[in-house]
Amino acid sequence: MANIMIRRDSKGSYQFYLPKRDLEDTIVSMEFDTPEKWGGEIKLNNGGTYYIEPQTAPARLPYSVRAKRLDAAE
Amino acid sequence: MTAMTREETEALIQEVLEVYPEKAKKDRAKHLAVNDQSIEQSKKCITSNRKSLPGVMTIRGCAYAGSKGVVWGPIKDMIHISHGPVGCGQYSRAGRRNYYVGTTGVNAFGTMNFTSDFQEKDIVFGGDKKLAKLITEIEGLFPLHKGISVQSECPIGLIGDDIEAVSKKSAKEINKPVIPVRCEGFRGVSQSLGHHIANDAIRDWVLGNRDESKFESTPYDVTIIGDYNIGGDAWATRTILEDMGLRVIAQWSGDGTLAEMENTPKAKLNLLHCYRSMNYISRHMEEKYGIPYMEYNFFGPTKIEASIREIASFFDDTIKAKAEAVIAKYKPMMQAVIDKYKPRLQGKRVMLYVGGLRPRHVIGAYEDLGMEVVGTGYEFAHNDDYDRTIKEMGNATLLYDDVTGLEFEEFVKRVKPDLVGSGIKEKFIFQKMGIPFRQMHSWDYSGPYHSYDGFAIFARDMDMTLNNPCWSQLTPPWKKAA
Repeated sequence: MANIMIRRDSKGSYQFYLPKRDLEDTIVSMEFDTPEKWGGEIKLNNGGTYYIEPQTAPARLPYSVRAKRLDAAE
Repeated sequence: MTAMTREETEALIQEVLEVYPEKAKKDRAKHLAVNDQSIEQSKKCITSNRKSLPGVMTIRGCAYAGSKGVVWGPIKDMIHISHGPVGCGQYSRAGRRNYYVGTTGVNAFGTMNFTSDFQEKDIVFGGDKKLAKLITEIEGLFPLHKGISVQSECPIGLIGDDIEAVSKKSAKEINKPVIPVRCEGFRGVSQSLGHHIANDAIRDWVLGNRDESKFESTPYDVTIIGDYNIGGDAWATRTILEDMGLRVIAQWSGDGTLAEMENTPKAKLNLLHCYRSMNYISRHMEEKYGIPYMEYNFFGPTKIEASIREIASFFDDTIKAKAEAVIAKYKPMMQAVIDKYKPRLQGKRVMLYVGGLRPRHVIGAYEDLGMEVVGTGYEFAHNDDYDRTIKEMGNATLLYDDVTGLEFEEFVKRVKPDLVGSGIKEKFIFQKMGIPFRQMHSWDYSGPYHSYDGFAIFARDMDMTLNNPCWSQLTPPWKKAA
């Protein structure tokens, strides 16, 4: 479990940031992306996968949340 | 020499790697790449932010350098104690040329070195008492300072001194902020982690200090973040922003003050120049205070124009109109600079090896002068920096991460650039090889290079270096062909 931060970049896609490892990348897919249910399995551009407990979508981005690493790249 | 093809560049990398033992070769091969603009992710071609290989000459710095030298050092009205042995502070003192306004030793302390000068007994018995005494002494000698930061050097972490406890106690005693920064040099692989640690210390100890206090804000408040005022860079940038009708309420950290930093959360937009060293704090402010941040590039008229328009797009039409007026005002001046220097510099090839933002940001400035960047590399970049760089660089150019002394020399010998831009450690090697060289860390005692004013100086300096008559005089008469 690690704290991650999700923000929207200028192109409108989600950006993933893991401060502990200074890892930043674009999120290619997020399992649930509706206002009521948000999160689940997220896939990064670099091939890594993380899991956020599905929850209601945050009112404002950037948003810090706990995430579980399922499969990190490298 | 014409541009190298992809195969030639790849062959060059292989040839340079030949001298290494098998294991080292494998490791270094991952850090060298031929640029391919079609690649979306840098990680497919280049590895970065990894530990340097023991036994090679790396050009990197340490976490202390990142924190004290880069982020904290330029804050002029604070005293930054280099806590530990005397060398770290003394040999890096004032080397970065962060200009500031103030009377040194009275209300500004940028070029001074404060150290706790650790001796054997401090290592054995701990240096906490010494630190407390030092802070009291500083308060007596320099009463106009606004705060103190304790920048720990390697031994502090090794012996486990509790600088946080001392700082809290001393802060009460002198009634000013005392900020402990755990930036021991051995942390991380390069200065990059030092930037992160320093940013975190600012977040934890400085940023929220004035959240409750009143501040007369305007809708046009912006901050300059990640500009260290090298040779006056931040001032040149500030002029442009103020011409656009914006109000700059803080400079981080070149010519900056503690009060400015505390007031930063009142800004409407954070303008981020050096992404690598200050994205951390910008992210934090975006989340906590909802202040958007924007990465801009103030090197060379083309990039400046694009940046000015992008900055203006965050504001209303009056700013947009003023931004266009600023662009129009400087256009003829910049054209005059280009007309003067472009014929002298056209077609010249440059190799860069610096840190932070410069390996990609200055490419536009060189292109404005008709020059071409044929190789670039970062000391301490992360993957996302290379993601951005790939798009800026031409195809089949060289990319090198954490380049070693040997590799850099061999690349230069083979690629034969007309100009090399790197730091002081590389300067004299290349000058002795007969290659014009500019220090791109400290602008070779010149500057500013940022913004419109800086571009004129940049163009002049490049011309002065490249077309200096000395380069044709390097062969002694007895070695000349008869």
